[in-house]
Amino acid sequence: MADITKTNRRDFLKIAATATGGLLIGFYWSSCDSPKVKVLSIEEVLNKAHNFNSFLSISPDGDIVIYSPNPELGQNIKTSFPMVVAEELDADWSKVRVLQAPLDTDKFDRQLTGGSGAMPHSWERLRKAGATAKYLLLAAAAKQLDVDQATLTAEKSVVIHKSSGKKLTYGELVEAASALQAPEEVLLKDPKDFTLIGTPVRNVDNKDIVTGKPLFGLDFYREGMMHAMIQRPPFGKKIKSVDDSEAKAVKGVTDVIQYDNFVAIVGKSTWPLIKAKRRLKVTYEADGNVESTADHDRIMKELLDSRDARVMRSDGEVDKAFASAAKVITSEYQCPFLPHAPMEPMNFFAHVKGEEVELIGPTQTPDAARMQTAALLGIPKENVTVDITRLGGGFGRRLRADYVIDAVEVSKRINAPVKVTWTREDDMIGGAYRPAVRYRFSAALDEGGNMIGYKLRGVGLNAGNSVRQDNFPSGAVPNVLIENINYDSTVTTNAWRAPITNFLAYAEQSFLDEVALAVDKDPVKFRLDLLEKAKSSPVGAVNYDVDRMIGVIKDAAERSNWGKDNNVKQGFSVYFSHRSYVAQVANIEMVNGQPFLKKIIASTDCGIVVNPTGANHQVRGGIVDGMGHAMFGNLVFEDGSPKQKNFDTYRLIRMKEVPDIDVNYIDSGFEPTGLGEPALPPTGGAIANAIFAATGKRLRSQPFIEQKEFSDLNLQMFRS
Amino acid sequence: MANYNLQINGKQMEVDVDEDTPLLWVLRDHLGLVGTKYACGIAQCGACTVHVNGEPTFSCVKPISDVANEKITTIEGLSKDGDHPVQKAWDEVDVAQCGYCQAGQIMSAAALLKKNPKPSLDEIDEGMNRNICRCGTYHKIREAVALAAKTK
Ligand code: FES
Ligand code: FES
Repeated sequence: MADITKTNRRDFLKIAATATGGLLIGFYWSSCDSPKVKVLSIEEVLNKAHNFNSFLSISPDGDIVIYSPNPELGQNIKTSFPMVVAEELDADWSKVRVLQAPLDTDKFDRQLTGGSGAMPHSWERLRKAGATAKYLLLAAAAKQLDVDQATLTAEKSVVIHKSSGKKLTYGELVEAASALQAPEEVLLKDPKDFTLIGTPVRNVDNKDIVTGKPLFGLDFYREGMMHAMIQRPPFGKKIKSVDDSEAKAVKGVTDVIQYDNFVAIVGKSTWPLIKAKRRLKVTYEADGNVESTADHDRIMKELLDSRDARVMRSDGEVDKAFASAAKVITSEYQCPFLPHAPMEPMNFFAHVKGEEVELIGPTQTPDAARMQTAALLGIPKENVTVDITRLGGGFGRRLRADYVIDAVEVSKRINAPVKVTWTREDDMIGGAYRPAVRYRFSAALDEGGNMIGYKLRGVGLNAGNSVRQDNFPSGAVPNVLIENINYDSTVTTNAWRAPITNFLAYAEQSFLDEVALAVDKDPVKFRLDLLEKAKSSPVGAVNYDVDRMIGVIKDAAERSNWGKDNNVKQGFSVYFSHRSYVAQVANIEMVNGQPFLKKIIASTDCGIVVNPTGANHQVRGGIVDGMGHAMFGNLVFEDGSPKQKNFDTYRLIRMKEVPDIDVNYIDSGFEPTGLGEPALPPTGGAIANAIFAATGKRLRSQPFIEQKEFSDLNLQMFRS
Repeated sequence: MANYNLQINGKQMEVDVDEDTPLLWVLRDHLGLVGTKYACGIAQCGACTVHVNGEPTFSCVKPISDVANEKITTIEGLSKDGDHPVQKAWDEVDVAQCGYCQAGQIMSAAALLKKNPKPSLDEIDEGMNRNICRCGTYHKIREAVALAAKTK
C-alpha cells in the first residue's frame, strides 16, 4: 500500500504507511542514475531499503519518532540531527521522540562517530527528509480543504489556512499524506526562516541522565549474564607463566582462562573479578621492543636528524631561502603519549550463540565491531547484530573494537553471554594512546622581517602522518618544506580527539609567536599579514578559506580587547581543523604580582550553528579538554608499561582549574560543520603564548606543569 | 559471605555478599541500581557518589560492612519523579555532555546545597572539585548549582 517515487536526483525518497496508519519516511542514496519506480511494502521500507539516512514516522495521534543512527558520546548528535529534520518539517518539538537506531548499514549511512563529520555529511539529507514529509502533509491538507497548497503554512505540527482560519493537525493528515506521491523536488527553507535551528534545545536524554536510568554500556545487565575482566600484557612482552591459584580461590570466580597473550577472569559479578585480578600472578618476557619514555625521547631526537624523511609538501626553493636569510629561527616541540580516559571504562556485552553473535555496548564504530567479530569467528557479517548504547565519552578510544573482541573471545569460550569490563587501570595501561610526537620548526626571515622560508619536520611514534602539510602557514610562504618520519613503536596508538592537531596546533601556534616576536611584530598582525599573502599571492595549494580564518582572528582580537590593556597579558592562537575555524585568546592577569589565567576568549566559524547549547558545550568542553591535557596530561613509560595507572597519578582538569570561557560564533552562513574537535587544538598555543607574554618563559613541551620553565612561575590556575 | 540488611532510598533491601564488597558493586551488580557509576574505583573522581546519612560518599571504596545500618540514598532515590531542584536545574541548564559523570555530580551538588543553601561561586567550586567531568561541563555545573540554590 505504499509507493516510492523516482526522482532525478541521486537521492530517493521512500514513503510508506505504518501499521498504525502513520507516515513513514526514509531516504536512501544510490549512485544509480535511473532507478526503477517500485512499490515497497512497509516491511520492505523498514527492512530492505538501502542506505537509509534518516527515518521518521508520524502517528495519527501526532507523535513523531525520529531515529538517530549515529553513536552518541556527548557530541549531542542525538539531539541536533532530529532538530534538523524537525525544522524542515515544522514539527512540534515537544512531540518528537528520538530513538537510537541499532547498527544497520543497509538503512543508514556513515553510522559512526569520529572526525566531527556527521553534521556536514547529513545536513542536506536530513533537511530533505523533513521537507518532503511536510510537503506531503500540506498536499493532503490542500486536498481536504480544497484550497491551493501555496496558501497553506505549517507551524508546530499544524497546517494552517490563514484566510479561513482553518487548521488541521499532522496527526489528522498522516493517513491521507502517506497515500500521496512524493514530489520530485522539495523547497528547503531559507535559513533566516529557521525557528528551531539556532535556538537552544536541551539534550533529549536529560531526564534519563539526571535520574540515573540505565543508558550506558556498563549499565547493561541480562539474566544469566557472566562478567569478565582481562589481564593484558605490557607493550613488547608476552606471557611467560601464569599462576592463577589464588585468583581462582576468590569466591564468585568461576573461570580463569588463558588465551593468546591474555588471561580472562570470569565470574558472576564484578567485585570478585577485581579482587581476583589483584591476586593473579602473570610473568612476562620480552617479545619485541620493551620501551621506556627515555627510549622514546632518544628515538625522536635522533630521528629528527634522519636523512629518510618523507616529503609531504615542498614549495619553492627552501635551501636557497634559508641560505640567503638574514635570520633563521629554529625550535623543537614535544608531546607525550596520552590515554583517552573517557569516564566510562571500556566494556561490551557479547553473546556468541554458535554461528550467531549478539553485541551490545558503547562503540563509535559499530560496523568495525561487527566486521572484526565476523572475521574472528569466520561467520558472515549478517550473523552479527550490534545494539548501540549511549557512550560515556569516547575521544576516539571507542573507534577501536579491541574490547568488543575481548567479550566475543570470552563468550565463545564459556559458551554464555558475558559483559567484559575494563578497570580504570586496564584502560590506562591497555593502550591505543594519542601518539607521542616531536617537531622541529624553522623559519627563514629576510632583512625586512618577512618569512621567506618555513620548514617543519615531525617525528611520531606510531603517529602515521604527524604533520598537516597543507595547513596554514602553507600557502602564505614562498618556500616551504614539510616532512614526516614515523617510528614503529610497540606502544599502540589511536585517533585521539582532533588527531595530530591536538598537539601540532599548539607547537605551530607557539612557533609562529616566536617568529612574530623575533621580527618585532604583533602576533595578530603577523598572522593577518601572512593570510593577506595567502590571498594575494598564494603559493601551492591553499586548503583553508583565508577570509573565514581572518574573520575569526579579527573577532577574537576585538572581543578580547587585544593588546589594549597593559595589565592583561595575552596569548593568541588560531586553527583550522575538521572544516571549522577557531581563534582563541588566553588572558593572564597579574594578581598580587603573580600570573593568573583568568579567561579564554574563543571565536568560532562552524557555519550555521544548529544548537547553540550543544555548540557551547563542544567549544567550552574542547577548550577545557585542550587546557587540561596541555597542562597536566602525561604518560611515562617504564619497562613497556605506563607508570600512571589511575586518576591519582594521571591528572585530569577539575572544576577549580577552569578559567572563564567566552564564546562567540561568526555568522558566516556556510553549511554547518562539526564542532566535536575544532575548539581543542588552538587552546594549548593560546595559553603557552600568554604564559610567554606574562613571564618570558617559552613552554616547548607538554605537559606544561612538568617543564622546568614552569616550576618557578607560580602560575595561579585557580579562580579568584 | 554474609547477609546484609540495607536501607536504600527508603526501602529495606537484603543482599548476600562478601563483607569487603564495595557499596558501588552491591548497588550495581546485586540491586540493579546502575545510576551510580564506576570510573576510577579509588576515590578520585566522584562518579560513584551516593549519600550515606546525607553525607556525600564515594561508594567505590565503601565496604558494605560499613554501611549496613546507615541510610543510603542513590541518584534513583534522590527524588520521586526526578524533580529535586538539582535535577531540575541540571535539565534546565542542560549540563550533560556524555552524561556519565552527572549522577555523581548531582549527588555532590545536592549534598552541598543541603549543607550550604546559598553557596558563593567559590564555595560551589570548592564543593564540586571532588567530581571529575572528562567532557569538561564544569561551567554548566557551576551554573546549575547556582540555579538550584536560587530555585530551592
Ligand atoms: S569511581 Fe568512586 S571515586 Fe571514582
Ligand atoms: S558529561 Fe561526560 S564525563 Fe561529565
